[in-house]
Amino acid sequence: MARNPVTWLGSPTFPKAARVALNDTQLRQNLRKATGTIRGRRAAAVAEMDDWEQLRVAGEQVKDDVLARLDTLLVQLEESVTARGGTVHWARDAEEANRIVLDLCRAENATEVVKVKSMATAEIGLNEALEAGGVHAVETDLAELIVQLGDDRPSHILVPAIHRNRAEIREIFQRRMGVEVSDEPADLAEAARTYLREKFLTTKVAISGANFAVADSGSIVVLESEGNGRMCLTLPDTLITVMGIEKLVPTWQDLEVFLQLLPRSSTAERMNPYTSVWTGVTPGDGPQRFHLVLIDNGRTATLQDSVGRQALRCIRCSACLNVCPVYERTGGQSYGSVYPGPIGAILTPQLVGDMHDPQAASLPFASSLCGACFEVCPVRIDIPSVLTHLRAEVVEAKGRTAESVAMAAAAWVFGSASRYEKAQKAGALARFLARDGRITSLPWPGSKWTSSRDVPAPPAQSFRAWWKENRCQK
Amino acid sequence: MALFATCLTDTFFPSTARAVVRLLERLGCSVDFPLEQTCCGQMHFNTGYRDHARPLARKYTDVFMGYDHVVAPSGSCAGMVREVHPTLGTSPPRTFELAEFLVDVLGVTDVGAWFPHRVTYHPTCHSLRMLGVGDKPLALLRAVKGLDLVELPDATHCCGFGGTFAVKNAETSTAMLADKMRCVLDTGAEVLSAGDNSCLMHIGGGLSRLRTGVRPVHLAEILASTEEDPWRATP
Repeated sequence: MARNPVTWLGSPTFPKAARVALNDTQLRQNLRKATGTIRGRRAAAVAEMDDWEQLRVAGEQVKDDVLARLDTLLVQLEESVTARGGTVHWARDAEEANRIVLDLCRAENATEVVKVKSMATAEIGLNEALEAGGVHAVETDLAELIVQLGDDRPSHILVPAIHRNRAEIREIFQRRMGVEVSDEPADLAEAARTYLREKFLTTKVAISGANFAVADSGSIVVLESEGNGRMCLTLPDTLITVMGIEKLVPTWQDLEVFLQLLPRSSTAERMNPYTSVWTGVTPGDGPQRFHLVLIDNGRTATLQDSVGRQALRCIRCSACLNVCPVYERTGGQSYGSVYPGPIGAILTPQLVGDMHDPQAASLPFASSLCGACFEVCPVRIDIPSVLTHLRAEVVEAKGRTAESVAMAAAAWVFGSASRYEKAQKAGALARFLARDGRITSLPWPGSKWTSSRDVPAPPAQSFRAWWKENRCQK
Repeated sequence: MALFATCLTDTFFPSTARAVVRLLERLGCSVDFPLEQTCCGQMHFNTGYRDHARPLARKYTDVFMGYDHVVAPSGSCAGMVREVHPTLGTSPPRTFELAEFLVDVLGVTDVGAWFPHRVTYHPTCHSLRMLGVGDKPLALLRAVKGLDLVELPDATHCCGFGGTFAVKNAETSTAMLADKMRCVLDTGAEVLSAGDNSCLMHIGGGLSRLRTGVRPVHLAEILASTEEDPWRATP
């Protein structure tokens, strides 16, 4: 099987990548400022809603219902899209999806396509596949364009260029657009607008993702902030939408829940500025050819896992990234995947589907299990529980290691009070390592702790020894 | 009622467990410490060794079965017992984190303590999010005579401990710790308090390395301190 492009080829394991990111002081400043701002705004936007907790439960229930009867809902979607003049394509994996899209572009004789920012197409590495097939894809989302022109990788689900500041963006624009701009946001936006307007008006094929697809009506929904999506979805002759099979809602009415949950969770807005909905084709209005490519790419395998499947509820709002203390320090690229942050730590390894892959297997450990992600998730994905669940799978896949031997030994010691007590007494000998009540250096793996932290010297007497001496009848 | 000291406190911070006993007995409780207890299995479970955690969960239930209440001076161990043990197939006895037990079960916020120091409080992640302990520890601290409570900036942010995370992702953990320490130092407090010795060991380990002079003290030790029998730093 070919490597699933959900992880970037050659990415190191999380701890190694994080080490590089942690040393990038500019990156740390950019991230701290951006996540800090959006955290505060989200909290305020959510606090306005009296029924937020009920909405979260409703979101969870609708998505769980979708996952429980995904097979029938997908068939219903195919029927309704086809009935409205669209064409549905099914893709088992990234390779198949990319080939379908490339063939559709070739059928239109397209050498350039405009794109609405889409996680699904990033997940399958569509841009690279199209480029190899002679079709250049132009990203039209401002942040995605910055990443594309900078030959960079995204580091956030919603704001792919969150790791870049204004000065860096100015430099990229000047270099790649050949224009003189200041680093004022309005100037930068104007430069991008001029550059993109020409693309919108001359390109015949557009490619989008989808936030939601409504099974009973066959409608596809995209939420966005800039209006670039609306241009792509209306101006070109042919529209190709690439969507993960889990992005369904059963009925039009179910959308009501998510149109409230998503904007407040992601951009901290009461309502997103642009909501585009299209249903098949309408003669004389908008694209005249509509293709929907439904991708599996590890999703049905994820669905088999009764604990892990809740990751498929994700509506890609990125609230979990913005509150995650690990993400805030390391940025998104350390996760080595288009899905960074807490949701990436559980979704990516499942989509990769191979716990023997060292990089994917490092992701479930990239969390202190603080639980801030679960607290903000609009569809109540219990990310900490899925993390520990996946850690168990990683441990199982690794088999016997130095760590597993140490863990087994610790479990054996804890298994009996008398063994535990003996170990306590032996451990108290570590007092000899201490100076002034602290230990400043331990051999590996304790050295990983003492690189930055002292260890308290073990006391001469454990609590249980004190209890025996003072409270037990002799 | 029974005290579940937790393996970390039993081994490294016996003064905390002694403080819990002193405090609860002062409030009229009859405290037992079943000597068969060891560890709740959290380290094993959170690191992916579920099969090792399972017998420890069973052992916990066996040891504490006969008691009306079990109290632990740790939000994360109490959270492990209450939220995770049932998923490992056991039905643990009613287990509380100390502040919860005092406020919800005993119904007290003023425990008659005296602690004349400037204190800031770190609400540990598992107390906060797994157990929903909320403001109870702060209510207890506010009622302590002589105590000057100062608010910790970004209090709800994780200190970066996370069990084996601190070793597996040592650099990231250290970066989180550095920010937490800066917040602690910004308060000007002499004492950093929390309801969990694991987080205190982490933040305290960093504060000690930097020779900051800020002392980590478990909530139980503050609440156990009185004018007649004041808190003294253990050597």
